[in-house]
Amino acid sequence: MDYELSHLRMLEAESIHITREVAAEFERPVLLFSGGKDSCVMLHVATKAFWPAKPPFPVMHVDTGHNFDEVIRFRDETVDRLGLRLVVASVQKSIDEGRAIEETGPRASRNRLQTVTLLDAIEEQRFDAVFGGARRDEEKARAKERVYSFRDEFGQWDPKNQRPELWSLYNGRHHKGEHMRVFPLSNWTELDIWQYIQQEDIPLPPIYYAHRRDVFRRDGMLLAVTPYVTLLEGEEPFEELVRFRTVGDASCTGAVESSADTIEAVINETAATRITERGATRADDRISEAGMEDRKKEGYF
Amino acid sequence: MELLRFATAGSVDDGKSTLIGRLLYDSKSIFEDQLESIERTSRDRGDDYTNLALLTDGLRAEREQGITIDVAYRYFATPKRKFIIADTPGHIQYTRNMVTGCSTADLALVLVDARNGIVEQSRRHAFIASLLRVPHLVVCVNKMDLVDYDRGVFESIKDEFRGWATKLDVTDLSFIPISALKGDNVVHRSDVMGWYEGPSLLHYLEEVFIASDRNLIDARFPVQFVIRPMSDDHHDYRGYAGTVAGGVLKPGDEVVVLPSGFTSVIEAIETADGPVEEAFAPMAVTVRLADDIDISRGDMICRVHNQPTIGQDLDAMVCWMSDQSLLRTRDKLTIKQTTRSARALVKDLQYRLDVNTLHRDHGVASLTLNEIGRVSLRTTVPFFFDDYRRNRETGSFVLIDEASNNTVGAGMILGATQ
Repeated sequence: MDYELSHLRMLEAESIHITREVAAEFERPVLLFSGGKDSCVMLHVATKAFWPAKPPFPVMHVDTGHNFDEVIRFRDETVDRLGLRLVVASVQKSIDEGRAIEETGPRASRNRLQTVTLLDAIEEQRFDAVFGGARRDEEKARAKERVYSFRDEFGQWDPKNQRPELWSLYNGRHHKGEHMRVFPLSNWTELDIWQYIQQEDIPLPPIYYAHRRDVFRRDGMLLAVTPYVTLLEGEEPFEELVRFRTVGDASCTGAVESSADTIEAVINETAATRITERGATRADDRISEAGMEDRKKEGYF
Repeated sequence: MELLRFATAGSVDDGKSTLIGRLLYDSKSIFEDQLESIERTSRDRGDDYTNLALLTDGLRAEREQGITIDVAYRYFATPKRKFIIADTPGHIQYTRNMVTGCSTADLALVLVDARNGIVEQSRRHAFIASLLRVPHLVVCVNKMDLVDYDRGVFESIKDEFRGWATKLDVTDLSFIPISALKGDNVVHRSDVMGWYEGPSLLHYLEEVFIASDRNLIDARFPVQFVIRPMSDDHHDYRGYAGTVAGGVLKPGDEVVVLPSGFTSVIEAIETADGPVEEAFAPMAVTVRLADDIDISRGDMICRVHNQPTIGQDLDAMVCWMSDQSLLRTRDKLTIKQTTRSARALVKDLQYRLDVNTLHRDHGVASLTLNEIGRVSLRTTVPFFFDDYRRNRETGSFVLIDEASNNTVGAGMILGATQ
């Protein structure tokens, strides 16, 4: 016995530790589950952390209404299989109730509106800890965020006033009305996620693997043809063999040309890729260099 | 593949950002869109070369002020290892951030500017790494290109640093002459410093032996969460979930549960992947015992003949991390150590340590932000702890302000108060 753990086992152990710590110290945690690969890994880790019991918290989907059908089906099947309670927080409802105002124009997206819906749901349901699947390698602003990310009564993140985080000691203390965003996968990279999905044989929505789909080209990205986007002049839909590297709002999540239809092929592609996940596929991050920093301060995921 | 965590320290002028940028760039961990973005910014700023330091620029507030606010975590991998860098800034909040970065590091990388030699900051960084018991310390003498790759410069810095390090508790100390800007000895061995026979920095990071740094002797299992499914399939199941904090646990081991002192035998060590025959740090497992004992979060399972210190009075080196308050005698704070939390009273502030000279200032009334001192605490309930030098997990704690809930102090336990 050499008493060594692989990097995936080390990352998993750290994530399990964080997940258990939250379950032990918070009254009403909830895990954000979109059907995206990171949230699938986070949920998988949570089921392992409490085995043979179920995770002692519900999962929540902030639903923009602009979904890929396959992902919603996958979400419901997963929640059923694990016997968990699903809370759906609907952006459409926030719009209908006048809490959020729909963007207009051909590039309209409901991405930013999710913050309103998310914060309202946290307040209504009195969640005090919200697990998110964000990773520090995704983006500059995330690289400096804590595992336990404190949010004030407005759900805001203050990058200059974060709690020091040392050893494996996490400080979850907060006043009523404040909450903690918790990121158990902080130290994972995109490649780690894929390698772990393979190691653990974690099911994912089929759109992560290569499939033929009607797409069009916009701003150097391939966007899916869906009822939620209006084609601009000169934008011609065509069929292409694609897969998605991230799964978000269907109106702003880009696909990449790919023939990777197995987990092995996806890992090879990920290891060889030369463009970041968000750079390749997220229109929302292209708005400005500080796009994520601004949205996070407002209370985004 | 193994995981190595390292902390970097140095100011902007030492070329730390350039070095990290170089490691990421030469190990092909930078993506095209990131590179395009910094090439564009470099051109806009009028730099003659692609400024790799821009890769580690984080928040807009930092770019505007040209400083690094906080510890940033960065990731890269080679076929041999996966690396997590805790990138700590060198400016005013240096101590707090470096203590944070070093707390989880296997290795600390300190940068010295070859032109300036060892400055106050270099000594401070080395001291903090030793205080936090980072097992390996690497001193990169940077900007060798600006001293004509002169061996004499490197050797004299090395000698002076070694002299200072004898005052510290450093177990493994290495020196590498580099030029982060030109790439000498960072990823590839330099061909202009033939006199240097050691490895490049990346080669060193890939090969340094870290497996023996862990404590495999003193079995410590802080109970984190009690698992009771209460389902039909697992009606009477009761498992103690936690992360092994030291030593090796095996089924059949005779154990004692603290604070109750009840003894039992480990019946099984379980994970969702099935039972394991041995559990060691930092594995996250679930322990089941042969006897029905009342055990809850904050209790500790350990071997009968190898127990931690149990007590309510402890001495520790504390780094104060708050800019809102001071640490003073008679203050009451919340202490969190392993999975145990309670209140603590500051009974005595014995001295403040000057991190530059290691001089002990006795008779000080308080510690302020970034200051380190020896403190005696009394806790409301017994804690189970080890000397930090023996076990970083059971020897460390944080202090939390009861009004603001902020983490205001980090402590490294020396032992029970004599």
